[in-house]
Order: sequence, then C-alpha cells, then structure tokens
Amino acid sequence: MSARLPGGGLLIDRAKPLYITFNGRKLRAAEGDTLASALLANGQTLMGRSFKYHRPRGVVASGAEEPNALLTIGSGDTLEPNQRATTTEVFDGLEARSQNHWPSLEYDVGAVNAKLSRFLPAGFYYKTFLYPRAAWKHVFEPVIRKSAGLGPAPDRDARDPDTYEHFYVYTDVLVIGGGMAGLAAAEAAGAAGARVLLIEQAAHWGGRALVDDMTIDGQSGPDWVAGKLSALRAMENVELRNRTMGAGVYDHGYVLANERLTDHAPGADGPRHRLWRIRAGRIITATGAIERPLSFAGNDMPGVMLASAVRDYVALYGVSPGDRTVVVTNNDDAYQTALALVGAGLNVPAILDARAAPAGPLIDAARSAGIRVETGKAVASVNGKTHVQAVEVCDQAGEGTALETIPCDALAMSGGWSPVVHLWSHCGGKLAWDADNAMFAPDPDLPPTGADGQGFALAAGAAAGALMAGDALASGAEQGAAAAMALGHEPRDPGKVAAVEAPAQGPMAPVWLMPQGADIAHRSKAFLDFQNDVKVSDVQLAAREGFESVEHAKRYTTLGMATDQGKLSNINGLAILSDALGQPIPQTGTTTFRPPYTPISLGVIGGEARGPLFKPTRKTPIDGWLDANGAVWEPVADWRRPYALRRAGESTADAVTREILNTRRNVGLLDASTLGKILVKGPDAARFLDLVYTNMMSSLKPGRCRYGLMCTENGFLFDDGVVARLSEDSFLCHTTSGGSDRVHVWMEEWLQTEWWDLAVFTANLTEQYAQIAVVGPKAREVLERLGGMDVSREVLPFMGFAEGTLGGIAARVHRISFSGELSFEIAVPAGQGLAFWLACLEAGADLGIQPYGTEALHVMRAEKGFIMIGDETDGTVTPHDLNLGWAVSKKKADFIGKRAMERADLVRPDRKQLVGLETLEPRTVLPDGAHAVEGARLANGMANMIGHVTSTHFSPTLGRSIAMALIKGGAGRMGEVLEFPVDKGVTIRARVVDPVFLDKDGERQNV
Amino acid sequence: MSEAVSALGGAAYDGAVRVEDAGLRGMITLRGDLCDAALRAAVRDVTGLDIPGQRETRLDAERGLVWMAPDEMLILVPHAEAEERVSALRTALGDAHVLCANVSDARAVIRLSGAGAREVLAKGAPVDLSPAAFGPGMVRRTRLGQVAAAFWMTGPETFEVVCFRSVGGFVFDWLVAASAPGSLPGHF
Repeated sequence: MSARLPGGGLLIDRAKPLYITFNGRKLRAAEGDTLASALLANGQTLMGRSFKYHRPRGVVASGAEEPNALLTIGSGDTLEPNQRATTTEVFDGLEARSQNHWPSLEYDVGAVNAKLSRFLPAGFYYKTFLYPRAAWKHVFEPVIRKSAGLGPAPDRDARDPDTYEHFYVYTDVLVIGGGMAGLAAAEAAGAAGARVLLIEQAAHWGGRALVDDMTIDGQSGPDWVAGKLSALRAMENVELRNRTMGAGVYDHGYVLANERLTDHAPGADGPRHRLWRIRAGRIITATGAIERPLSFAGNDMPGVMLASAVRDYVALYGVSPGDRTVVVTNNDDAYQTALALVGAGLNVPAILDARAAPAGPLIDAARSAGIRVETGKAVASVNGKTHVQAVEVCDQAGEGTALETIPCDALAMSGGWSPVVHLWSHCGGKLAWDADNAMFAPDPDLPPTGADGQGFALAAGAAAGALMAGDALASGAEQGAAAAMALGHEPRDPGKVAAVEAPAQGPMAPVWLMPQGADIAHRSKAFLDFQNDVKVSDVQLAAREGFESVEHAKRYTTLGMATDQGKLSNINGLAILSDALGQPIPQTGTTTFRPPYTPISLGVIGGEARGPLFKPTRKTPIDGWLDANGAVWEPVADWRRPYALRRAGESTADAVTREILNTRRNVGLLDASTLGKILVKGPDAARFLDLVYTNMMSSLKPGRCRYGLMCTENGFLFDDGVVARLSEDSFLCHTTSGGSDRVHVWMEEWLQTEWWDLAVFTANLTEQYAQIAVVGPKAREVLERLGGMDVSREVLPFMGFAEGTLGGIAARVHRISFSGELSFEIAVPAGQGLAFWLACLEAGADLGIQPYGTEALHVMRAEKGFIMIGDETDGTVTPHDLNLGWAVSKKKADFIGKRAMERADLVRPDRKQLVGLETLEPRTVLPDGAHAVEGARLANGMANMIGHVTSTHFSPTLGRSIAMALIKGGAGRMGEVLEFPVDKGVTIRARVVDPVFLDKDGERQNV
Repeated sequence: MSEAVSALGGAAYDGAVRVEDAGLRGMITLRGDLCDAALRAAVRDVTGLDIPGQRETRLDAERGLVWMAPDEMLILVPHAEAEERVSALRTALGDAHVLCANVSDARAVIRLSGAGAREVLAKGAPVDLSPAAFGPGMVRRTRLGQVAAAFWMTGPETFEVVCFRSVGGFVFDWLVAASAPGSLPGHF
C-alpha cells in the first residue's frame, strides 16, 4: 500500500490539511499535493481502467507525461474529464472520479475485454471495417463505443462558468522550462540585458534539482533553486510565470503558452486559463527529459511506476509508493530511487539491473546501503490483480523463465531517459540519434529557422541531451548567453559556470524488451502505450502486416495517438518497430510532434470569443430602434438586418406581406445603412472606374447615378451597386451590404499592385452615413414635409442625386429604386441617422408610413426581376448569364473580366441563363435551390439537371408565386414548362417567363 | 436640427481599468502625398500641428494628427468643426491630388484609463504594448479581438481606441470583458 510518510515532502504543507473526494469518498490531502500524490497518500493506487481492455491502472509518472491517471474533475457546469492526476493541484473540496468502468472501479464488467484481447489486435478497427460489412454497424461499433472511451462529456445543458483570455507578449528571449537549465538560461540572457520571459508548466520551479542527488555551488538543489529564483525576480528585465506550459512553437518565433490561473483556486477572480501568444526573438527549450518505462509483462499494473516518479513522490510529497519497492533498470540513474527509498526508511528488496556488469558510485552506494543488486536480471512478469504483489525475476538474456519470485508492493522501472524534444520539433527542428544514451536529441545544427534563415530556437539542458546535472546547468547558461548574443546583447561573465557535484553515472544499455527473448504470452502483456493499450505484440504484428513507415504503424496500432501523445511510448515503440523491421532506430525515425504539448482547454483557445462576444455583429445607427420595434433579425454578412418588423400578434410571414403591400400602396422606410459606400477620387478616378466596372462610368455626368457591375478577372459577377458622380474627379460607389470591405480591398489591390500609375485615392465611407430608403407612391410627400430640398421630378429625376438638408439634417438624396417604386435613398451623417429615421416616421405617419425589412426588400426586387448578388450569383455567373449584357460595355478597350468574357466557355449559348418562373399552380412556391430536370436519367442513375431556382417568393403584389432560376439555355426556353421534382413523387411544374414580373415599363418609379 | 449622437451613448464601465465612451470626435481622412510641402503647410494651417512620422501621433487638447498609412493621415478636431475644417483643407489644397473626407460619424472612440490599460489591450491586439515599445506619441492600426481597431495614448495610462461605428458596441463589450476585476496579467 502506498501511504503518507512521517516526514519529507518539499512541496506540501502538512500544517494545512484539506479534503477532497475520490469517487465520493472523502480523503485528506495537504496543501501542495497533486491529486496523484493525495490519492497515493491515501493508499489509492488504482485510479482508473484502461481505454480498450479495461485493465486496472494506477499512476505511472509524476508529471505531464502521465498516461494512466486520468480523472474526471468537478461536476455539473465545471465537469472536466481526462485530467491528469499528476498535474492537478488539489484544493479543498476537489471532486475527482475515476473513468471508464462499470459498475465500479474495483469491479468492472468491461474487463472482459481483456480476455478478448486476442480479438482486439492492432488494426482492429480497419479490419472490422472490411469484413463482414454489417458487423461494424450492428456489432462492433455499439459494443466498442460503450466500452471504450475516457471520461464523460459534460451534460448538454452545462455551461462553463469560467472566463478565458488571450494575451500578446513580445520578448527577446523566451525560456520554456524552469528547471536547472531554464533558470540558468534565463539568468544568463537576463544578465546580458535581454528581455526574458521564463515559463514553467508546474506550480513549482527547479525540476530535478529538487529531488536528485546534487549540490550546486555548495548548496543543496532546493536551496540553489530558491536562491536563483530570488535573483531572477530581482531582475527587472526577467519575468517568471509558473503554471504556464509552452504549448506550441510556430513560424518566426511565435509561441503559444497556456497559463492555468484558477484551476487550483476555483472561484478566484480572473480568467481560469490565459493563452499567451508570444513573439520571441529566440526560444530556449529547456523542457527537460522524460524517463522511459521498460517493456515487460504486466508493466501496466498499478504499483509499477517510473523510478524517477517514485523518488519524486517521496521527496516532493512525502509519499511512499509501498513498503517494499523493487527497482528494475538499465541505467545508474534509477539507483537514486533505491537510495531515496532506503533513506526514507523503506525497503528495497532488490535492484534488478539488466546490464551484465554495472559499476560506478551509485551502484557502490546501493550495495553499501545493503541493497541487493542483481545484474543481468529482468522482470519476467508482475503478479497481482489490481496491484503489484510480487515480481517474477528472470535473466534479461533469456526468454522469461522465472528464477525467483520477489514479493513487493511497488516496482520502480527505468529504461533510460528521452529529452523532451516536442517544442524543438514543432516548427521543423531536426533530431539526431544519441547512441550512448539511446535517445533522440535536438540536432543543434538543424534548428527551426526564422525569416532570416537563422535558427530561432536553442535547446538547453536535458532537453538538449545533457542529462547529467552539471552538463545541464552549463548548457542552460551557455544557451541563455548565446540567445542574448544572437539578439545583439553582450553576455556578462560568460566564463562563470556553477560547480555541480552529483554522482557520476556509467553507461546505460538499451533495453527495449524485457527479457530480450520474451515469448508471445509475455509480449502480449508488455505495454508500450498505456493510454491506448498498445502492446509490444501489436507493433510487431503491424510490422508483419507490412506497416513499415513509422507514421503508418502509429495510425494502425494507435501507438502514441492518445491524449498523452505517446510521451512515454514513442521511443519504446519505435525501437520495437525497428527491431521487427531489422533496421536501426534512426532509420525508422520519429513520428511528427504536434502542438499542444499537453492538452489545453477549448475555452482558452476561444478566449473572450464566447457568448455575445463570439463573433462581432455590425449594427447600424437605427439598430436599437429596430430591435425595440419588432425586428426579426437575420445576418447579412457581419451585419444584422431586420428580416421583418413584426407587430404584436403578427406572424413573420404576415409582417412581410403587410410591409410589401404598404410600401407599394403607401410608403415604406428601409434602413439601408449597411450598403457599402466607397469614395473614389482623383484625376484618374473615371478611368479607374471604367476599368473596375464592366460598364462605362466616365460618361456619367456629375449629379447623376448609374447602376454598375463588377466582375473578377475571370469574368464572373461579384458585386453590383449604384455609382454617384459627386464631381468631375470624385465618385461614390455603392456596394452590396456584404461587399463593402471586399470591394474596397479589391480597388486598393488593383491601385497598389497593377495600376499604381493612376492618380486615384479611395476611402471607405460606409459607416460615415446612415442610409435610409423612403419608398412608395407617397415617398416624395414625406420628404417634402421634412422640407429643405426640392425633390420634385423636374429637379431630382430618376437616377439623379442632390445634396442639401432635409428636416435640418445634411443629406444626399439619391433617386434610385430597388423596388420599382418611387424611391429616395437618403444618406445622412450616422450620428443623426436615428433622428432622421424618426423624423421620416413622424412626417409620414398619416401617409401610412411603415418600416420594412429585408424580406420585403427581397420580394419587391424579385417582382421587378432585379438580381441579388449571392442569390443569382455564385461566383460562376457572368453578367450575360443574368441578361445584364446591356451593362457590359462593348466600347471600352479594357475592364476587369473583359478578356475572360470572350473565352469559349463564357459565350456558350447553352450556359445557364436567368429566367423567370411561374408555377402552373400559382399558390405553390418552389423551394429555394430546387433543380429542374429533363429527359432521360444519366448513365450514373442521376436525373439530368438543367438548372436551379435562385430566388423564390410568394408575391403579395401579384397574388401568385414567382421565382427566378438559372436554366441551361434559358434564353431560348421562353414559354416552356419545366419540371422540378422536390420530393418523392412530388414534382412542381413551372413555366419559363420574363423575370420582370411587375411593371415592365418602369412606370411606377418614373413619377 | 438634431444633435449628432455617438455610437455608444456615453457608456462607461469601471473594472480593472475604466472603459468609457469618449464621445463625439471630429475626424477627417486625408489621403495624399504626406511629403508634399504644400500639403504639410495646409495641414499645419488648419490644425496648428505638424504631420507626424510613421506610426506616430501629434495631439493637443482639442486637435490631433494620427498617421494611418504612408499616404493617409487622420485629422482629429472638435466634432462641430469637422465640416468647416474639411472645406478649409480643400480650399487650401486647391487642385492638388488629395482625398479629404469628413468621417466624424464613421467611428466610435473609447477611452481606456488606468494602470492596467496596456494589459487590457494586449489581450486582444497583437502589438508589443510594453512601455519600452509603445508610449504616448505612437499609434497602431491593428486588430482587437476580432475587429480592426487603432489606438494611441493620450497620457501615461490612458488610451483612445477607435473602431468602426457598427462594431463600437462589440469593442466596448470586449473591453469590458477584458477589464474584469482580477484579470490583469501583471506583466507590464
């Protein structure tokens, strides 16, 4: 049984007890505990069931690399599954639950999967996809889904009460990792005068200096760390952030880091997580190294832990993993664990060293401490049901014949160390194989490079492959100074290197399988990837089945694809694969390291962008009034516009009908402020607009308006609107509501990159004006009542505009119409937009003035056969397709899209062309997008589709349904009846007609 | 005759910093050759200020010049004066190739004040806002949250943030969220 020791525990405060619950059971913990250390302190070594086989699992590691101890934390709104117990700091009242078991952690029905493990081999999913086909849907998927998986998702009604944010930071040197090397690097870079940001994922600083046997400059590791921290905090140009994990390294020194602010203090003010978006001149990855497990049968049994984790729990948290701990290793480092356990008064029955003849001070020390050291020995298997009870010892050179059974409660394993190369690798840093330590380490000659071709990252300490304390510290100081120097700073005291005393270590021996000749029964229980339940036998099977590339083998076996991204399993898996393929490990290579280093919350990725701030909504100056007067909102690009303004008790459809009829009979008021308004000015403005629009703008007279079309260079229509010539050298170009930014950018791009010789300036004035359309037979009367300008037919004819004041407000009045009615569009300063709107409503009250929304606008323009960008156009439609050839100049030498319009495909007579449609049954409204079909079915069984409906409405004005459609060869089909199959056995028939349904001669607007 | 109203109607919030509607501001967009002596003289005559350099501002109590682009200046004047100043500039510049437009109603101006103002902005703007890199006399046209914005400092702890009028409410709400009590990173 694991338990709290009477003494020790650097990080905990025994005087501050607090209480947590695990599966409803109340447990005592101490301030400073992680959830893992608290559970171990309470004898709780069984922490969950494995993903696939539901094997009992306990904690393996003491840090971010933990694959097993994933727990669900919190409940209700704050429920969060799959949290690593090793990095979860306890707080009073913390609720934790184990995962992936039923009915309980101790008695799990799903464990039957383990008995079926030979039916769940590598590539199981792929194989079941293939044969038998029906089995996947009806047998495998329901069963597997139920039994596999991690923690539960939060309830669908749960809402995260916490806040999250981003934070942009620029620094000269970013040091990732606050262990020995990171602290030394930050100090060296800071002393040279660079701005330094030092981040550490854990709550505490110092890394292995807190635990491992060393003195630095005559001080103990913890004392040195404390001294270094106060020195760094005293430096103005150095900032330290703990609980901040370097998540990803991206192009040009961009780094994402995740700061966890209130996970350990729920309810505190401020955001829960903060995503630091950092631009660094140089990045130092001082991310340490991770100890590797050994692959032997039963290495996933609760009680089997990494050797370094065992001594972490003893030293940092005062927790014993068990009374009797066997140590199994291929290196000297794990001897420190045996010594630490003995030092804490615990029993180490044996050290099983796979090496034939290890020698060195640590081995001597272990022997002097009376610990039995067995060389050339291995673990054949682990005995126990839900916890280690004994280990079977065998020869490493053999096949697993047990020579001896050693009873124990814990097994500390060490297969050597792997530098944490993730951040180095994210943006292209390359790795080199270090054969002495059997590990990949950053290749300093091939770092990730920035815009200048220089490396922007430097690896330091164990992360650079300097595993020994003295080397790590020297490497940190050296890289810190190098980073500062690369940015033009002068390092201070470059020769000063801390004196580190730590026991020397002899060579390790690579051990990828234990024992080396383990038979299939043993290999099938030797786990590589604990979280995804991938065993040595699975990787070997994948190799036999032809998965030679490491990337393929990874996906086929799911090795390294769990939430821990294979931090413990990668190298062991590569080694097994390489062995199966008969090639050296460097030839196999690694899989790709991808951010984030450990999972970060979706909340922090979103930052402030949630709830009302999820996406900006553009609002016009009239928005508030519309909202208070029954607006049913619809998004139009980033704007919100009223679809209709509903009166009390009215349906939306009824409101639309009322608005249309009232506008056609009396007068309507539309908030058209969203229309884009781009000022184009300069001696070449007319020439420029002739190039941008398909029709001629240079011939437009000042004071007049003209409808214009814009095409892409492919000849396809992308925006339309009315151009008003303000003066000889200035034009105001109206765009669609969604198009103002796009058109402005389009104009600037052509001016800046192609026609830089044209003397033209543009300005986007969209938001300077509120634009209000006063529409209907009584529109003029409303304006006359406002007074201030002559808006008579003679002075202000159709397609003219005038500037003046209306109702005391400066106004530009355009006589343009998108409804076919007498219509004025009036631009006033946005700050007086609402005042003008209210003035119109007041002036027109007894004339029956009513505001109308976008649906009434849509129907009225459809009645007139006016096209709408985005309805009748989809990026593949030319002006000619829409019968707008009259707006394409034949006289102009050039304009954007002219050349393209001459291409064979764009002049084909059977292109889809705009037609009007009248359903034979006038009450029936065609569905939007309905396809017209004709003739026999195609060879592939599909109907022969000849076009589709682009706009479709019931016209209250005409008392019948109307539609527009793009139909193959439509221009030649007038009078034809087309068929639109809209559902099984339901076909709507409609006659092809002129798309101008109402007032073909334009008499209504010409008054 | 109705009075103009600002997009935010005087809204204010006190959190980790103060966020408030800075009210109406006369703004004039001037595009032209900023190196041209006649243009520089005309701007000086009309505003009493010299054209600032790249990413710089010149501000006095009522007026200001804000560099927007190599060929674009934003002129700040009292709101009521804007139309008259536009005319004055147009007259002074005569036939020169310039664009001069009153954009006084196109934007919202939000004042951000308090010791943490830099940090609030740094939550949404990819700009080095450390005191060493950004201070009074500078301007950045950038992004705040998800929308385009520009800001400059009017004092050691005071920023003015401008954005388009239609997203004024969004930016205000964003700044309020970013100014929640206890949320300052404490970095600068």
